[in-house]
Amino acid sequence: MTHLALSGISKHFGDFTAVRDFNLDVKKGEFVSFLGPSGCGKTTTLRMIAGFEIPSSGMISLEGADITDKAPNQRNVGMVFQSYALFPNMTVAQNIGFGLQVRKEKESAIKDRVKEMLSIIHMEDKANSFPYQLSGGQMQRVALARALAIRPEVLLLDEPLSALDAKIRVSLRAEIRSIQQKLGITAIYVTHDQEEALSLSDRIVVMNVGEMEQVGTPFEIYNFPTTRFVANFVGSLNTAEAEIVDPNKGTLIMDGARLESSGELKGRNKGDKIMIAIRPERLSFLSEGKKENVLDGKVENITFLGSVVRVDVTIGGRKFSMDTFNRPSLELPKIGETCKVTCSDKAVLILKE
Amino acid sequence: MAQASTSNGFKPVTSWKVWLGVVPFFLFAILFLLLPSFRLLTASFSAPDGSFTFNNIIQLFTEPLIVNSYKLSIQISAVTALGGGIFGFLLAYSVTVGGLPKPLRSVLITFSGVASNFAGVPLAFAFVATLGRQGFITAVLKNTFNLNVYDAGFNLYSFAGLSLVYMYFQFPLMVLIMAPALDGLKKEWREAAENLGANTTQYWLKIAMPVLLPSILGAMILLFGNAFGAYATAYALTGGRIGLVTIQIGAQIRGDVLYNPGLGYAMAVGMVLIMGISLGGYSWLQAKTERWLK
Repeated sequence: MTHLALSGISKHFGDFTAVRDFNLDVKKGEFVSFLGPSGCGKTTTLRMIAGFEIPSSGMISLEGADITDKAPNQRNVGMVFQSYALFPNMTVAQNIGFGLQVRKEKESAIKDRVKEMLSIIHMEDKANSFPYQLSGGQMQRVALARALAIRPEVLLLDEPLSALDAKIRVSLRAEIRSIQQKLGITAIYVTHDQEEALSLSDRIVVMNVGEMEQVGTPFEIYNFPTTRFVANFVGSLNTAEAEIVDPNKGTLIMDGARLESSGELKGRNKGDKIMIAIRPERLSFLSEGKKENVLDGKVENITFLGSVVRVDVTIGGRKFSMDTFNRPSLELPKIGETCKVTCSDKAVLILKE
Repeated sequence: MAQASTSNGFKPVTSWKVWLGVVPFFLFAILFLLLPSFRLLTASFSAPDGSFTFNNIIQLFTEPLIVNSYKLSIQISAVTALGGGIFGFLLAYSVTVGGLPKPLRSVLITFSGVASNFAGVPLAFAFVATLGRQGFITAVLKNTFNLNVYDAGFNLYSFAGLSLVYMYFQFPLMVLIMAPALDGLKKEWREAAENLGANTTQYWLKIAMPVLLPSILGAMILLFGNAFGAYATAYALTGGRIGLVTIQIGAQIRGDVLYNPGLGYAMAVGMVLIMGISLGGYSWLQAKTERWLK
């Protein structure tokens, strides 16, 4: 059942359209990420859910009730800000209890809830510390506990990890996901970091210039991007123009090389030009016996990236990147040598423009 | 032995060179703070004939004229600090978070920068010319609205009049101090408070005011010190009829009727102490705010 619904949401600032016709249904307990580059409208959409921006058109409903025009303090939606936004004059415990205090809950209930939240974020010993005495990671955990303390219907997180260093980011994102699952709370997470979105989310909404490009599970978004933007934004990608030879069998010609694709070619005709994409890790050097999708190439460069080795290969005048796992027994051709590269028909993605 | 050098090739600066940069500060502190204070302190124990005495210090607490002058100075400083502080805060609020047009902000800040330093004889003359018995505004009110403000009880040369004149340089100083403090209120705090269920009053009472309070109190203490040390404005306006500490010190040193430089120095030591306490309080409150906001 839909818990949070955004129906036909648009937001204009003067002549500028920040969000255009945004539609999304979120189930209870679901973790949805808005992923996209700066200025794509993801934060504006989040702020509309929080009530800090009013949509120019469309409707937002929570548990079936229209909250589009409700004030932020009437929505029972918790929010975690990028800059933590902890109140500097209050201790950790006072920050966490603030929402309950303004809701006039009993002192004993506030005390118990604060204790519970401190235990969830493993910061019982910091209850009486002030924000200036905490590290960035600790401040963000307090901000999370403060947002959760009011038992919100939806938890909104606006790039909560972007101000933290890489190591803390990884550990805190796991903690956020674990807490969200433990409490079963619906969460909307805004990020421009694809790794964060892929690792945390049940579903990802990829956004570009105010519009939804694709909605899907991390698996779908990564493996089956439907647009060139999504394919390029999420992970590395080789893209090329190809011509349809047989739309029924999925046969294509790319720079003279014959390729089979299991991608959707319905409504396309023989001779149509299309964009195809292949992930670097889906390409491999030819193993014996394989006859489909075999491409002749020349090794241009080899880059050691730790667990992965990236090989740049020229195929029909076009540069393709190929990733292979690094292992002691790995044998690679030398730079300048010719090679045969292959991929499955499922790896050849057909992109919408 | 070869001298160590940093990775970028620069040799570490020897210790005496490090101190060279702060020489102007120490020179200033010694010549304009420590030596005058020391001179004040030693001279306050001198009788008119140059002998050592405690009499000047004792008079600070026993001589009614002196005790009253301190009371009066403290009263006028407190009143103008409070009045200027409140009015200045409201003005600063209106141009920072109050939503007034941005150009007004730069106009007000520029005006405040000038007005906070506009004191002494020119300020006194400006008020005499506008609100004196024959002043322009007094005349306009009298001739146009048939309202004689002096008959209604107003007197520019009284405590209230002097307070009004002091306010002219007090509130701009408050604007200059409070505008950056109000800018320091983060938009996210308000949004976070609203998001957690707080209304505007709760936000101001529980977050904004507690965060601003050290700055407001600190600024008011500074305003208090500013008024406490003023001399020329009061002297030019009232000609010494209002016996502030600064005017009494002038009288003791200048010696038209009263002449006891030692007592004048002792009164100045008392002023230095009060100003020192004011500035100490200001620094403590500022440090508290800065710690919160870092």
